[in-house]
Amino acid sequence: MNPALHAAIAAGSASRWENVRADFPILHQQVHDKPLVYLDNAATAQKPRAVIDALVRFYERDNSNVHRGLHALSMRATDAYEGARARVAQFINAADPAEIIFTRGTTESVNLVARSLAAGLKPGDVILCTEMEHHSNLVPWQQAARLSGAELKFVPVLGADAEGGLDLAALDSLLTPQVKVFAFTHISNTLGCINPVAELCRRARAVGALSVVDAAQSIGHGPFDVRALGADYVAFSGHKMCGPTAIGALIARPGLLDAMPPFLGGGEMIESVSFLQSSWREAPWRFEAGTPPIAQAIGLAAACRYLDSIGLDHIAARDAALTAALKSSLASIPGLRIVGPPHERGSLVSFVMDQAHPHDLVTFAGEKGLCLRGGHHCTQPLMRKLGLPGTVRASLYFYNSFDEIDAATRILADAGRYFA
Amino acid sequence: MSADLSELYQQVILDHNKRPRNRGKLPTANRVAHGDNPTCGDQCNVYLRLEGDRIAEISFDGSGCAISQASASLMTTQVKGRTAAEVEALYQQFHHIVTTGETPDEISDLAAFAGVHTFPARIKCATLGWHAARNALIGDADPATTEKHTD
Ligand SMILES: Cc1ncc(COP(=O)(O)O)c(C=O)c1O
Repeated sequence: MNPALHAAIAAGSASRWENVRADFPILHQQVHDKPLVYLDNAATAQKPRAVIDALVRFYERDNSNVHRGLHALSMRATDAYEGARARVAQFINAADPAEIIFTRGTTESVNLVARSLAAGLKPGDVILCTEMEHHSNLVPWQQAARLSGAELKFVPVLGADAEGGLDLAALDSLLTPQVKVFAFTHISNTLGCINPVAELCRRARAVGALSVVDAAQSIGHGPFDVRALGADYVAFSGHKMCGPTAIGALIARPGLLDAMPPFLGGGEMIESVSFLQSSWREAPWRFEAGTPPIAQAIGLAAACRYLDSIGLDHIAARDAALTAALKSSLASIPGLRIVGPPHERGSLVSFVMDQAHPHDLVTFAGEKGLCLRGGHHCTQPLMRKLGLPGTVRASLYFYNSFDEIDAATRILADAGRYFA
Repeated sequence: MSADLSELYQQVILDHNKRPRNRGKLPTANRVAHGDNPTCGDQCNVYLRLEGDRIAEISFDGSGCAISQASASLMTTQVKGRTAAEVEALYQQFHHIVTTGETPDEISDLAAFAGVHTFPARIKCATLGWHAARNALIGDADPATTEKHTD
């Protein structure tokens, strides 16, 4: 979207955003006698009334197991569950709901694809990751490398504070024909940098590598078109986009799932079972062993509807306006240094302060009603490379307000004085 | 200031954090142990010069939050001149303070850490330096890692 339109949407309708904020019951409370300021949205987002109601409605009216009962409730639950798959497909513009495997979230999605692909890897093959991956897009690849004998390599980050983002120049030498998988995050949960997904997917394809995109921090924060990006696999978590916990998805490019062996075995995923062997159902059900997260999938579909009703363009513009305000406001605090790229970034700001360790700052803030995250953010190797004990992260979503940014800035400036 | 916050960051703690005692390497050390707390990245090295069964000199260095660094600093002031058995008794006292918030009858600087018990995630920060010191005393070359301890 062009910057002028961005600004117009962000500035144009303060009262509209107040109404949106009213959709989130949890935000209207006091913590330690102070108004809650929730800036830990990158960890998990809050839930609007529409999502909470969808869960309650399901449990009050339709709760039943799926795909197995012949009674009215089971048929309703099955329709709602499969309807949720279709709604998620629409949300990210997948060609077919059958490309969507419901999982517990990004972590399980990456494990699923890593474990399945490991079966086809061998010594001499390379799995390429980046230095900014969340542990959930790193540890499963370490396991896949160990299982298959493939080698794990990393695209470095650039600069002392990773202000240069990914070292794209290094890709030329790293993306060799030996690379079979290139797994990378869309938006770094620690640095906030936005990686050029379409370009990275294209370059992976050019050497015959499959691309695996961790979209945990991007889906729900702006328009996301899985076909336009050209990714082979995309993983995301519902709870970071206003949906329930324990639901997410792995989305595959058409045709890929058919060739993949199942991940977990059990009920639901089989066609026919004898004592010694079984045959699998078709994808995506082959990958959904056991009773799936039914209510959660329905809640996720409600989150998709809710976000679409606001408009992903508007959400992106709002996120960007809030993030710009947060960044310049924080930069005014003495002793505070922002980590990560200076410009284009997701809706989070990571920083360190000379006066205090991240955990002390986060504890101080928490006692003032301000929820932040401090530490390594599940990116220990990145923190070690940058020589940081961790950072403090303030992360935003569209329902945050400019007043909250002012409050957060005041509290952090106080913390700086307290520990000085 | 919220009550819990000023309980946690007592003046003694803020002071030890800002002006750590016995900080730095000890050239004359005959025992060294390293402690680390992988989940939060806190690090602490403890250097001892044992004379017989007594700690003749002690120092520490490392990095981490105010609780871990202040606790290590205070620990060095408390254990100097003590035997291993005395240090162990002090540690047990300290552990009781940080896990229950109960303070001993006699006056002790260790009581400054009583507020830690309302922040369970910080207990392992408070005990890091102590674990390193105990390892140094028993001559355990393996790094003390708080993840292996039940607290
Ligand atoms: C970039 C990124 N990847 C993966 C994850 C893991 O998501 P989940 O814990 O929902 O599986 C997170 C969130 O913690 C994240 O921020």
